[in-house]
Amino acid sequence: MKAHLTLIALTVCTLVLFVMSLYSGSVSIPVPAITDILMGRGSADHPSWQYIVLENRLPQSVTALLCGASLAVSGLLLQTAFRNPLAGPSVLGIDSGAHLGVALIILAAGGTMTTGTLTLGGFALVIMAALAGALAVMGILLVLSRLLQNNVMLLIAGMMVGYIASSMISLLNFKATAEGVHAMTLWGMGSFSSVSLDRLPYMAGICLTGLVLSILLIKPLNALLLGDNYARNLGIHIRRTRTLLLFTTGLLTAASTAFCGPIAFVGLAVPHLARLFLGSANHRTLLPATLLTGASLTLACNLISTLPGERGVIPINVITPVIGAPVVLWVILRLEK
Amino acid sequence: MEFELKNVVIGYPDHKVAGPMTVALHAGELCCLLGANGAGKSTLLRTLAAFQPTLSGEMTIDGERLETIPPRRLSTMIGIVLTERIRTGGITVRDMVAMGRSPYTNFWGRLTSEDHQEIDLAMEQVGITAFADRQISTLSDGERQKVMIAKALAQGTPIILLDEPTAFLDFPSKVEVMLLLGRLAHEMGKSIFLSTHDLDLALQTADRLWLMGKDENLFAVGTPRELASELPRFFPSRHLAFDSQLLRFNIKL
Repeated sequence: MKAHLTLIALTVCTLVLFVMSLYSGSVSIPVPAITDILMGRGSADHPSWQYIVLENRLPQSVTALLCGASLAVSGLLLQTAFRNPLAGPSVLGIDSGAHLGVALIILAAGGTMTTGTLTLGGFALVIMAALAGALAVMGILLVLSRLLQNNVMLLIAGMMVGYIASSMISLLNFKATAEGVHAMTLWGMGSFSSVSLDRLPYMAGICLTGLVLSILLIKPLNALLLGDNYARNLGIHIRRTRTLLLFTTGLLTAASTAFCGPIAFVGLAVPHLARLFLGSANHRTLLPATLLTGASLTLACNLISTLPGERGVIPINVITPVIGAPVVLWVILRLEK
Repeated sequence: MEFELKNVVIGYPDHKVAGPMTVALHAGELCCLLGANGAGKSTLLRTLAAFQPTLSGEMTIDGERLETIPPRRLSTMIGIVLTERIRTGGITVRDMVAMGRSPYTNFWGRLTSEDHQEIDLAMEQVGITAFADRQISTLSDGERQKVMIAKALAQGTPIILLDEPTAFLDFPSKVEVMLLLGRLAHEMGKSIFLSTHDLDLALQTADRLWLMGKDENLFAVGTPRELASELPRFFPSRHLAFDSQLLRFNIKL
């Protein structure tokens, strides 16, 4: 019962934040005008308003929502799969893998393109590269997790893989043009604004595929909470489940990283917030709660990023650590008890 | 249900651990596996649970070869209780026992009213109904062990394998867990097999003992009484003297 109320509250919270991010932004537009534009009754006297709401705020809000949901769910899958509360796409270097894939493509093309301005073919290439990078790191981690019994060692191994990916990115930057480096740096700060309305369906398609796959994994995920041996004894196909988990986390991390840049802390911190709200580790409720909390968090970050008004936008990666890091500290303190 | 081993050799591709052994687990019996560290108790348990293959020989349940039974059906035949502690927060006793129903629930893991009945029954049999809603992270070792036994009961398997279920428990809890397991075997007709280092306890409560020696060929099976003459061979120590009348080891200084 409590779980249902929590899920309803989180849904309402997500919806409110979504509407708020449509109605507020750097440029102030009267509320009735926005409602008119969203209802398709936009007047012709303010074509710029029309453009800002439909081409800018709408895709940006949807992107923030999808990115937050994807990263948070990906973090939850990793924490359950590795039975490690400190696992997450950035801690384990998975988004560095995706980052490296994207960097290779962007810089190989001379650095003149960013994900926002790509042709559809180039766009698909960037996504594939991000996915390949993320899956490669996940693959390495899976092999290492067989060899390393200690969970902390696996985290450190993941960080090392991440460092290697980062240094390869730096090396690529070194060889790239100034525009290329600039584009990569901007991308690296995290932004929900680089997905245009006509590209949005592609991002939504990939994220939703990943989210649906994760929902299909709810039962085996619950069994995995007990560890591989217990799960296997309960009739769970461990190798099949792990492969599907690998693919799903790769897909979710790659989609959000390719479109929005490596967003820190969402994947790591949000599952803990969701557990705190629910008081339960049962994935039947924890997974939707994580999804909604992630979406709410990134929508809130998106709102905060536009606070300076006309003076510019705060990069997302400036905001998420401020929220995420204290959560992680809290988790560590609780583990020590 | 009969769980039979014929000429089974256990171990890893690069080294043999024990065998060949020809032996069976019987319904309604509490059976204890005893042996010194390194004798291969864990390897044997892992093999029986189908976590690792035999090197040679065959294992059958009611005549059906273990490796040909699909995982889902096997999960309704053999239940396990392991030594590893589950540290995850946010799992209540009831949630944990409910995990035992996984082989029977649908794709989404939804519990039917029949599942809930089985869960309640399992908790009752083990005597943990009173703390059904407590988080498992707040339980004592003895209580947590009972919860895992209830999980195995909810799984409804005729065979239950337990890896050192009495380790880490204080003495009264050890006795309580052993008596509980004996009762489950005798009253419910389950075949219960466990490894343990608690020699005295096993000698007093087990219906049958499996003894594994350090030497890979040293293996004996029988009731405690039948094995009275064999026992000292498996626990060689100049500080131990076996009293075959009282079936217990005495300390010799």
